[in-house]
This record gives sequence, structure tokens and C-alpha cells, in this order.
Amino acid sequence: MTQRFTILLGSVVAAFAALVAFSPRVVAADKVDPAADAKAFQNFFFQKFPRLKPEEFVNGPYSMNEDLKRQWQEKEEFPPYEFALDAGKEMFATPFKNGKTYADCFPNGGIGIRQNYPYFDTKEGKVITLELALNRCREANGEAPYSYVKDEMASLTAYMAFTSRGKPFDIKIPDDPRALEAFENGKRYFYTRRGQMNFSCASCHVQSPGERIRAEILAPALGILNAMPIYRSEWSGMGTTSRRFVTCNSQTRAVPLEPQSDEYRDVEYYLSYVSNGLPISGPGARP
Amino acid sequence: MLRNDALTAFPRKPALAAALALLAGLLGSPAHAQSAADGQKLAFDRGKGNCLTCHVIKGGDLPGSIGPELKDIKAKYPDRNELVAIVSDEPKRNPQSVMPPFGRNRILTEQEINAIVDFLQTL
Ligand code: HEC
Ligand code: HEC
Repeated sequence: MTQRFTILLGSVVAAFAALVAFSPRVVAADKVDPAADAKAFQNFFFQKFPRLKPEEFVNGPYSMNEDLKRQWQEKEEFPPYEFALDAGKEMFATPFKNGKTYADCFPNGGIGIRQNYPYFDTKEGKVITLELALNRCREANGEAPYSYVKDEMASLTAYMAFTSRGKPFDIKIPDDPRALEAFENGKRYFYTRRGQMNFSCASCHVQSPGERIRAEILAPALGILNAMPIYRSEWSGMGTTSRRFVTCNSQTRAVPLEPQSDEYRDVEYYLSYVSNGLPISGPGARP
Repeated sequence: MLRNDALTAFPRKPALAAALALLAGLLGSPAHAQSAADGQKLAFDRGKGNCLTCHVIKGGDLPGSIGPELKDIKAKYPDRNELVAIVSDEPKRNPQSVMPPFGRNRILTEQEINAIVDFLQTL
């Protein structure tokens, strides 16, 4: 174990060295190179798990372990997210009080577009996630916004993900210094250690994927958002990307941020961009 | 090993730690056994050390696998100060380490760390 761990740590150091080499600490905005970052990031995981095909990373902990994979395949026969999917489909088709629908707010009527979220809005200068876009759609049509973490929001995003299954993440970083800044900011948040336990997101999802933390198997950061939203037995229900971020922060005794805060949206932008090319697999089911 | 021994941390308050170590030695085995038992409780307690999150440890359920199994510790680390340094602030010894700095971040008191080290020495 110690031996293996040393090797593992060694490769992490090498990957970090590669990351650093590819993206020198930002001095001027024109030095940020997200494409090189994404390449180094993906190569790190491909080398660490040489037996996995790229598209297999999108199943989170299930991609890391044969026994778990079998459990997952069994689960997919009677997926626990089915109720949310059905509810989401119905909600999506039901007009608001003003007669309009969600379809009116999105390109292609909202069908098969999950892989393009989040995007950077150059007018507003902000990252727009699917969850945020859904609540904005509601508010623009005179409806109250939903909670970002579960229930209706999870149902709607489950349905939208489902119509996009198999489509590769296609996150764009427009030629706008603010977009690069959002990417860098998300990356910084992801690698910064915080809280009493001194963990960064990367401590668990880059340094330790496939390892057990107590009984849970840690998902790799590559493809970590492709299956969102997810059903978790531990939650006895569905959770959105927002819910997972909040849970990871609070479980590690770090102060969670508000769902859809600037930092969380930037992290989502970063994590989605570095998973470009990997297929949407949501909604997902987890142990 | 990645760890650079030249970077090995001394406990934050070497004098106090040494005094405590001396005291533990002077007190003889019954107190030491008591302290080791307390240390085991602290190490397994989810609100305290929660060491099982990452380490296989004899007598503990549902261990994680992020860190190495904790066994033959006395043989590997004959100097208890080194164990105190690991538990107090492993990232200081190995900046890449994901092991939390239990002493530096005040997750455990010096006394609790000493009890845990007594327990580690029984492994
Ligand atoms: C100390 C460990 C730890 C830290 C730190 C941590 N997570 Fe997690 N994370 C987990 C565990 C455990 C799970 C549930 C098992 C799994 O899927 O990995 C999880 C799951 C996730 C998932 C869902 C993966 C899936 O497929 O089910 C996402 C997304 C995620 N974490 C993002 C983050 C982000 C972003 C951060 C930092 C803000 C973070 N995590 C920090 C332990 C951690
Ligand atoms: C989040 C993970 C994590 C937690 C929690 C954790 N450790 Fe560790 N520990 C590690 C890792 C990883 C190593 C490997 C060395 C390194 O990373 O520098 C390690 C190494 C050690 C070592 C050296 C083992 C050897 O064979 O060289 C000891 C002793 C140790 N830990 C004790 C503890 C104790 C006692 C606790 C609880 C109070 C604890 N650890 C909690 C991750 C953890």
C-alpha cells in the first residue's frame, strides 16, 4: 500500500508539474491557456487509469471499481431517478401562467442542449449554468424561482440531461478576458485547500479518485459533472450540481457557499470545460 | 518516499511535547495503557481523529484507503516525536499530503495527539 501510494503521489506530482508547466501562474490574461490545461488534465486521468476508455469516466465512482460497476448496471434496469425524469418531462411541457413554456427560453426548445452549459455570457460578463438559466426563465415569465438543490430543479435538469445523453460536453471559452478570468477563478477554487481539514476539491477528486474514504469510492474529477443531477440513496432523493458542491464543502468542515454563487459557477465552468469531449450521462444514480 | 527528511517538522512546542513524552514514560505502563485506550477512542471517533476515514487500523470498522494501513508503527517510527509531527502537521512534512494537520488546525489538542500517539505505538 505504502509503495503503491508513493507511486500514486509521484504521478500526481508529475501531473501537477505538467499542469503548472502548461499554465504558468497568470501574470497577464493572454498567458491563460485553457485548451492546454484541459489536455494536461485529461492526460493525467488517462495515464492514471489506462484501462478506462475516456467515455467511461462519466460514471463517477462506478467507473473506478468492477464490483460497483456491476451494481450500477443492475441499478440502471430500474433507475431510481425515473420518477424525477417523468416529473421533469411533464413540468417542461406544462405552460407557465402566461402561456409560455421553458422551451421558449432555450435554444432548440431546450432539447439536447445540456452539453453547452455552463456558458459564458459576454453581455453580462458571467458564467450562466443550466440551473441559473432555468430560474431566470421562470422569473422572466412571472414564476417564483425554485430551490437550486433538489426537487423541481433536479427534475427539470434531469429531463434536460436525458435529452442530451451521449452528446459530448462542448463548453466554449469566448475571446473575452472575463471568460478566461472565470475559468482561472474556478480552477483556483478547485485547487485551493480550505477549512479545518485543509482539503481542496482536488485532494479528493484528483489526488485520490478510486480510493475509499470510509465506505465511499471517490469519483475522478474528469467527467465529474457529466452525470448531474444524481439520485443518491444517502439523500433518498435527487440532488443537483449545487447540492453536491454544498455537500462536499460541508462534509469536509469547510463553509459551503450559496448555491450558484460566483465561485461555484466558475468551478462548474472549469470542471465542465476540462471534461470537454466526454458524453453527457445524466441523470445518474449513485450508491 | 517523497518525503524529504530534512523537512521533517519538530513538534510546535518541542519542550512541552518532550516533557509530556518524559512524563508518559515516567508514569509507567498502567497510565500509558490508559492513554493508549483513550487514544484509540479519539482516533476512531468521527468527530475527533476520524483516522479510519483514510487508514485501515486494527479494530476499526469501515476503513478508507486514501492513506497506508497503520501497522508496525512502533518499528517504523521508534521516535515518538516523529509520530507527533505526523499527526500534528503532516502537510508540513509532505506538502502534497491530503492528511489533515490535526495539531496546526486545532482539530486535536496536544494532549489528544499524545494519547493517539500512545495508541499508534501499540500498533
Ligand atoms: C474529503 C473529500 C472530498 C472533498 C474535499 C470534496 N469532495 Fe466531492 N465527493 C466526495 C465524496 C465522498 C463524494 C461521493 C462519492 C463520489 O461520487 O465521489 C463526492 C462526490 C462529488 C461529486 C459527484 C460525483 C458523482 O459522480 O457522483 C461532485 C461533482 C463533487 N464531489 C465535486 C466536488 C467539488 C467541486 C469539491 C470542492 C468544492 C469537492 N467535491 C470536494 C468527497 C470530497
Ligand atoms: C484524509 C486522509 C487522512 C486522514 C483523515 C488521516 N490520514 Fe494519516 N495519512 C494519510 C496519507 C495520505 C498518508 C501517507 C503519507 C503522506 O501523505 O504524507 C498518511 C500517513 C500517516 C502515517 C504514517 C504511516 C506510515 O506508514 O508511514 C501515520 C502514522 C498516520 N497517517 C496517522 C494518522 C492518524 C493517527 C490519523 C487520525 C488522527 C490520520 N492519520 C488521519 C491520510 C490521512
